[in-house]
Amino acid sequence: MATIDWTPHLRQHLFDTSRRSYSGTTLAAVLAAAFTDEPRLRGYVLDDQDRLRQHVTIFINGSAIHDRLRLTDVVADNDEIYVFQALSGG
Amino acid sequence: MSDRLWVATRKGVFDLRLRNGKWDVERVSFLAAPTSMVLPQPAQNRVYAALNHGHFGVKLHRSDDDGATWTEVAVPAYPKAEDGTGDSLMQIWALEVADPNRPETLWTGTIPGGLFYSPDAGATWTLNTTLWNREERKGWFGGGADKPGIHSICVDPRNHQHVLMAVSCGGVWRTEDAGQTWALAAKGIFAEYMPPEKQFDENIQDPHRMVRCPSNPDVLWVQHHNGVFRTTDNARSWSHVTGLKPSSFGFGVVVHPTKSDTAWFVPAVKDETRVPVDGKLSVTRTRDGGQSCEVLTNGLPQKYCYDLVFRHALDIDETGDNLAFGSTTGNLWTTSNGGDEWTALPYHLPPIYAVRFG
Repeated sequence: MATIDWTPHLRQHLFDTSRRSYSGTTLAAVLAAAFTDEPRLRGYVLDDQDRLRQHVTIFINGSAIHDRLRLTDVVADNDEIYVFQALSGG
Repeated sequence: MSDRLWVATRKGVFDLRLRNGKWDVERVSFLAAPTSMVLPQPAQNRVYAALNHGHFGVKLHRSDDDGATWTEVAVPAYPKAEDGTGDSLMQIWALEVADPNRPETLWTGTIPGGLFYSPDAGATWTLNTTLWNREERKGWFGGGADKPGIHSICVDPRNHQHVLMAVSCGGVWRTEDAGQTWALAAKGIFAEYMPPEKQFDENIQDPHRMVRCPSNPDVLWVQHHNGVFRTTDNARSWSHVTGLKPSSFGFGVVVHPTKSDTAWFVPAVKDETRVPVDGKLSVTRTRDGGQSCEVLTNGLPQKYCYDLVFRHALDIDETGDNLAFGSTTGNLWTTSNGGDEWTALPYHLPPIYAVRFG
């Protein structure tokens, strides 16, 4: 099980951002499990083509993911996944 | 007359009320969220707000209690492409009731270039694939945004299946069967800034905004990148309106609800400059179908003014006496006498994207 740490920014959109653990061997699989818990969250993190949104970024154990299009980055048990918004805009 | 004005801004929705002859802010919703469009439906106590979160994408919210509380509803989604290169919703740019007898039906125009229909107050959306699959759509291009967008949807009050819609940049399009088939409807509109052989190409035109007169629906007005155009035969042909002062460039246009020859524009210096002419803010009004015009300045700043008015940021109420417009600088002006005198709201709002009475 990998643990997802959501940006607190999502709280203002009425999401429960508490840390939870999900099964899966790729980032896409882990996120899919999280979206089963909270379907509305999918559209906040992914776009219409299931790509990572342009101004959202994800780290696995402190390293930025490599595949923003298909989310094929490998996830292992006890990995820590961090979902952030990019620091841009005004 | 309407005593309610909704203002969509870079930082949320401002709900204004008219009390004792003065407009004031009653409530602010979605503070900090860029809001591209609002659609009030006062008869249903309903209002929609289309948000465009910088990080988390486009969202649509609906209130069924006059703006007191809001619920997030669905947003349109583009067809998935196998290779992951397909389109994704960038903005809700137009939102209109599709059938006045069924207020839960909606059309929305989007960036990039989509037209979607909802039969259930935004709970579900369907892409109009007949328009989306038209070969001409691939020739549309961005105007005011990186991608082409549908910004004006004019339902014919005599028959809701008859719809005209306008695209920046993709001309004016007509359906007479509620979107099952489409045809271009921009004959006579031209763009003198294009290469000579393309100037009258209906599919490359950049209508900034199109409005229809409710009481005389065969009359529509277009504020185009190249100037102002008008039709009196339901967009079978368009005529160029010349001689407008102080310029014919702008984004917004409104037409009087019962006098189709009367229309208003907010002029600016064209193209790369996009500020009021000579730093003086004015509204242009014609009352004879564009044969002559008046430049209205009473109450508007006449020195060092750089407010630009976006295409959805000028509106008129059902009486034709009350108008409002908001600017990129966050200023908002109203009139209760058709523009003879304007009053500024005494606040500095965020940059204003859209204003709507209702």
